[in-house]
Amino acid sequence: MSRVHSPRVIEELRDRIAHLEGGGAKKPAALPFGVREMDERLPGGGLAYGALHEVAGGGSGTVDGAAAALFAAGIAARSKGKVLWCLTRPDLFFPAVAQAGLHPDRVIFCEGDKEEDVLASMEEGLSFGGLAAVVGELVRLPMVASRRLQLAAEKTGTMGLVVRRWRRQTEASDFGNPTASMTRWRVSVLPSEELPVAGVGRARWLLELMRVKAGECAEFEIGACDAKGRVCLLPHSANRPDTSTWRGSRAS
Amino acid sequence: MPADQPLVVISKSGSKRWISAADTAARKLGLKIGMPASKAQAIVANLTMIDADPSADAAALERLALWALRQYSPVVAVDGVDGIVMDTEGADHLQGGEDLLISGLVNGLRGRGLTARAAVADTWGAAHAITRVTSAETTVVPVGGVARAVTGLPIHCLRLPPDTIHGLRVMGVETVGELSAMPRAPLTLRYGPEVGRRLDQLFGRMAEPLEPLRTPELVEAAKNFQEPIGAAETIAKYVRRLVGELTSKLEARGLGVRRSDLVIHRVDNTRQCIRAGLAKPVRDPARLSKLLCDRIEKIDPGFGIERMVLVAIMAEPLEERQAASSLIEEPVVDVTPLVDILGNRGQRLYRVTPVASDVPERSVMRVGPTADETGATWAAKWPRPSRLLANPERIDVTALLPDQPPAVFTWRGKRRRVKRADGPERIFGEWWLRPREHAAVRDYFVVEDEAGERYWVYRAGDGVDAETGSHLWFLHGVFG
Repeated sequence: MSRVHSPRVIEELRDRIAHLEGGGAKKPAALPFGVREMDERLPGGGLAYGALHEVAGGGSGTVDGAAAALFAAGIAARSKGKVLWCLTRPDLFFPAVAQAGLHPDRVIFCEGDKEEDVLASMEEGLSFGGLAAVVGELVRLPMVASRRLQLAAEKTGTMGLVVRRWRRQTEASDFGNPTASMTRWRVSVLPSEELPVAGVGRARWLLELMRVKAGECAEFEIGACDAKGRVCLLPHSANRPDTSTWRGSRAS
Repeated sequence: MPADQPLVVISKSGSKRWISAADTAARKLGLKIGMPASKAQAIVANLTMIDADPSADAAALERLALWALRQYSPVVAVDGVDGIVMDTEGADHLQGGEDLLISGLVNGLRGRGLTARAAVADTWGAAHAITRVTSAETTVVPVGGVARAVTGLPIHCLRLPPDTIHGLRVMGVETVGELSAMPRAPLTLRYGPEVGRRLDQLFGRMAEPLEPLRTPELVEAAKNFQEPIGAAETIAKYVRRLVGELTSKLEARGLGVRRSDLVIHRVDNTRQCIRAGLAKPVRDPARLSKLLCDRIEKIDPGFGIERMVLVAIMAEPLEERQAASSLIEEPVVDVTPLVDILGNRGQRLYRVTPVASDVPERSVMRVGPTADETGATWAAKWPRPSRLLANPERIDVTALLPDQPPAVFTWRGKRRRVKRADGPERIFGEWWLRPREHAAVRDYFVVEDEAGERYWVYRAGDGVDAETGSHLWFLHGVFG
């Protein structure tokens, strides 16, 4: 008897938990990458709206955060609406971000003097609602701060993206400390795509999904954001010969 | 009238005519303020003289003070016949600090053809004295540094009546330091309480509240408290009430507020201000109270607050507009509320927009966060690095001249072997804007090291002609 009823009961409980967690968002719950292998690793089939996501660079990218910023820009580019970008070090070169598909008219920069200002601005941006995404470049993200950001994001369904970049490469071990963010990514550069002639091809990244709530870690070798902010899986990693999709996307 | 012709202003007292102001050219010829007009005419032939008009001067000074009230600080008052005093506490961060505030003020006045001196100090008396005595255009006295800054100043800057100054001079007192070291009782007995009061005001031992300048067209709402209030919640409650009152007054006039000041009078006769600026005229009570309540923690109620005044310093016409409802299109989100909130916290908000320049650091321009959207973007021909170093860093390079990319380079002490490279992308100096860049050339290369890290490096010069650049190599950006 109880065996027959249990799936329905569990289903009901799941609904109630989702309701308690504030999952009742009006927008679609997640922003897919458009890459099946990546999306099926993420609960909800993509990067959840109304949640905090962390991105850091690997290697020397821990200091410059160049690839991590582009990855975040690509995600923001694929969402719809205005983006608030909070930072303390204004060294982002926007033409590159525009090449990842994020139009300059969509981004409002908010430059603060202190890390705390960035956190406060991010929280304000996330709780404002109506923004597509809030990006913040941060060194430290303590548990309490990340919890506040996560709650603010949950309330409005705005996506929060934290680009972590440290002063020194050795400080990057901080990335192992727990935070309340939904997913945690690390983007490291790989040697670029081989070209038949001399030159530098499309940038390639090793994308590590280091932590995801209700999901498992994964690693992907991807091609960097194209002109519309899309990434693609590299053929040899996916272990299949079909390259038409990403070659096509690069041409656009 | 040519600028180099001497000009003086003549004042009359009784039958005496004397110079009350002289320009630089006149002073160079030896004319001094206070000199009889006949003597000046004897020294300089064809001297241009203008009769003084004190009431027009006062009116002009008041107009200037009103401009400063809109621009700089919520509490501005006319100081004597020749100065403006403002309480910059809580308002300087909007201009980027005290230094920037007063240098911007002096420069702004110079742009309007006025020469001004400005000083920031803990007390009105000190700022008054320093501006009238020192020759520096701007002076910032650090907090607590008043005593040291004013001891050497002459006593005529103390705002005392001329008879008292003369009497003190006769006694041999020349500087503020000497005067403040004298026993107070005999001074008071001889010259009255004024000397001691001015000294105390100068050193900040006695409060000297400013009576802020107001005009009849300013819309304001005020609340007096019978019992002083102090709790943050109570302040917030009354701020909301005042905002409601102000917005209904504004509505009656069809105005929206662009800048509003909340002035808080404490029981100890001091005053604190919160200024909130808005990107567009607003009459929404919720938005306005959020901006003001956001900074309640900045208010120090002390022994209690007895009066709060909310003034719409800058108000602009705001007409009601019907919102077009659409079934298909998604509504465009207005981000100005967020811009206002963050901007009032002192964050620098901006958007970037392309500039038609090939030089990378000049190709991006900051515009206001609510500036019109142009839709323009950069012509995405070549890859650009996502991080651009503010100052290109020197690198040691092994490369074939003239146009081969580096084979090896050393940046920040790390030697990197170049695996792949693209280039050169030649960028010419903008000789049509900057004549010094007539021959300047930069050759940019995208280089990738063995680990796959990509950098944007350039050589100053074309590799052949030394006139085009130093032929040194620099690293300018990091690719993602």
